[in-house]
Amino acid sequence: MDRLLHEADRRGLECGQINRVEMETKMTRSFRIVPTIALAAVLLGGAAEAQTIKIGVNEPLTGAFAASGTYVVNGAKIAADEINAKGGILGKKIELVVEDNKSNPTEAAAVAEKLITSDKVPVIMGAWGSSLTLAVMPKLIEYETPMVVETSSSGKITTTGNPYIFRISPPSAVEAAAFKGIVDKLELKKVDFLVINNDWGRGTAEDFSKMMKEKGISVGLVETMDQGAQDMSAQLSKIKNTDSETIIITTAVDQLTLIFKQAAALGFKKRIITTGGSQNPDQIIAQAGAAANGTMHLTTFLPWFPDKTPNPEATNYFIAEWKKRGFDFAGCTESFRGYDGIRTIAAAIEKAGKAEPAAIRAALWDIKVKGLNGDIVFRKSGPEGKESGQSQPNVYLIEISDGKVDMKTL
Amino acid sequence: MSEFLQHLINMLVLGGTYALLGIGLTLIFGIMNVVNFTHGVLYTFGAYIMFIVVHQLGFNFFLALPLAVVAGWLLGAAIELVLLRPLRGSDIDTTMLVMIGAWIAMQSGILWIWGGVAKAIATPFPDAPLVLGPVSVSWLRLFVLGAAALLIVATYLLINRTKLGCAMRATFQDQDTASLMGVNVDLIYTSTFAIGSSLAAAAGALLGPVYVVFPQMGDLAAVKAFAIVILGGLGNITGAVIGGFILALAEELGAGYVSSGYRDAMGFLIIIAVLIFKPTGLFARAERVG
Repeated sequence: MDRLLHEADRRGLECGQINRVEMETKMTRSFRIVPTIALAAVLLGGAAEAQTIKIGVNEPLTGAFAASGTYVVNGAKIAADEINAKGGILGKKIELVVEDNKSNPTEAAAVAEKLITSDKVPVIMGAWGSSLTLAVMPKLIEYETPMVVETSSSGKITTTGNPYIFRISPPSAVEAAAFKGIVDKLELKKVDFLVINNDWGRGTAEDFSKMMKEKGISVGLVETMDQGAQDMSAQLSKIKNTDSETIIITTAVDQLTLIFKQAAALGFKKRIITTGGSQNPDQIIAQAGAAANGTMHLTTFLPWFPDKTPNPEATNYFIAEWKKRGFDFAGCTESFRGYDGIRTIAAAIEKAGKAEPAAIRAALWDIKVKGLNGDIVFRKSGPEGKESGQSQPNVYLIEISDGKVDMKTL
Repeated sequence: MSEFLQHLINMLVLGGTYALLGIGLTLIFGIMNVVNFTHGVLYTFGAYIMFIVVHQLGFNFFLALPLAVVAGWLLGAAIELVLLRPLRGSDIDTTMLVMIGAWIAMQSGILWIWGGVAKAIATPFPDAPLVLGPVSVSWLRLFVLGAAALLIVATYLLINRTKLGCAMRATFQDQDTASLMGVNVDLIYTSTFAIGSSLAAAAGALLGPVYVVFPQMGDLAAVKAFAIVILGGLGNITGAVIGGFILALAEELGAGYVSSGYRDAMGFLIIIAVLIFKPTGLFARAERVG
């Protein structure tokens, strides 16, 4: 009672308001329990979380590349579940921390920062697009965290001296080199380019132009389109009136579908070849219909012909699991990258013996994983002392005819 | 020359839908003095209604279109009643903030319900285009042009030949006098917002099948709508129609002859140019509706 009087006095309250002080003291006492419980929960929860190994996944789930990013994440989840079913790595389950970079380079960098500093992931897979990956790269150096690049194809990623980058997808120069063989068979004379206006598209136009000129093929127009553009009729009308017989298109599946439909509406008659591996041909066939027939595509996976892939057993497992989860088969051409990316990271963590960035980075140089598109072994690429890792995946050429996919020998 | 003709055809088709977007926004801006940031989301909403009706409910494509317009009308009326009416007396900044909040909330809602992956809407038109000499145009785009023209004419008649339209124009000129004359200003405001929103939804429903449908599709459309409204003058419907075609022309010719990468920037460039040289718009004889 004295205490209450003292408190009332201190607060300058009138007589009869001691009840208020009493009630408030009771309330503050019970309120003190709440933060204590919360703190205990966080500590216990934190302890529970230390039982999993986190892997950051930085992919576009909304925006221009949402379709592709979603496929990759679903492929990654298949890998994570497969590994966890076999007991996880180093006795712990792996946990994918998936964040959406909104197909935007600024967001990609912010997401990477969040994954590293807030979620404390020791390794990341991402960020799908070349411009997105390039935006993330400075953060990797800053926080000394390695990242496995699963889709991006700009040459700059592995040649600017970032020792935290390990790429399993082919750079566009490798695509161009693989395409060299077919150029004679197709009897190309003059080509135009229609590419997405970012590092991926412009890099492809550069690398392919260089290869074409070496082979004596002339390069006509190089038209670009913004990643969010929906109407490419102007560019297509322009190209329709040139004297080239082939057009090379580089962009992701949603824009490709629009281009094919608009090209058909314009009565576009030239041969169409697409690059980049993000075409998801089945989706194009489903959404562009007859407009897709006669088009050719450079891809990095052959889910239609599992026996022709370097690792038929794993391919069949992956495709079966993909179908079991009810996903659209069209996504296989990209989702396998998420699958291979996570398996690569898991192998590195296993080899490193601990889930720490520096150890994982060192281990990535030593692993060999049987990927769905060839063996994943990282070779040095880029300036001396700061080399990035680059693996050598296969590139295939397919053609869509009569609503079906055929393989063409390169 | 044939390339130019092709650009012209493309321009006509696009211009019609841009005109719809512009009319909707200019009505709201002109009559209600509200900066309607939800216009783009109504456009997106119209496209998603088409998607639901055609793909998830299995209705006829041509039936889906009026349904989308009606849905836009209802949503617009709801927004006005719930958000704008309580704010009737407040300053323009408060209303703007509320509209921005509504925009974010609705766009996130769409993202949450249908996900971020783009959807394609199947149409009953043949894939092969109509070929007229050196130019080709797809049947779908011709339909879009026709439907847009119909809606523009209908709106014009509504504003200029009906009692409701007369009341709207009166309210625009002088709200207090109109009220004294017996015009139910509350009803006019709700109707205006509803009509403007239904036009945005119509534009979305028409362009959804032409392109693809995704949650952020309205953002760029809203910017273009503002460009058209600035071009044509606030509240000026004829100005908005002509402005829509001018924007489409600038985009087509800019992308075709200047630089293809800057297609969507044309809208911004037009806003800048008009604001510098003729801030009241190209066609503002006076600020009036009609």
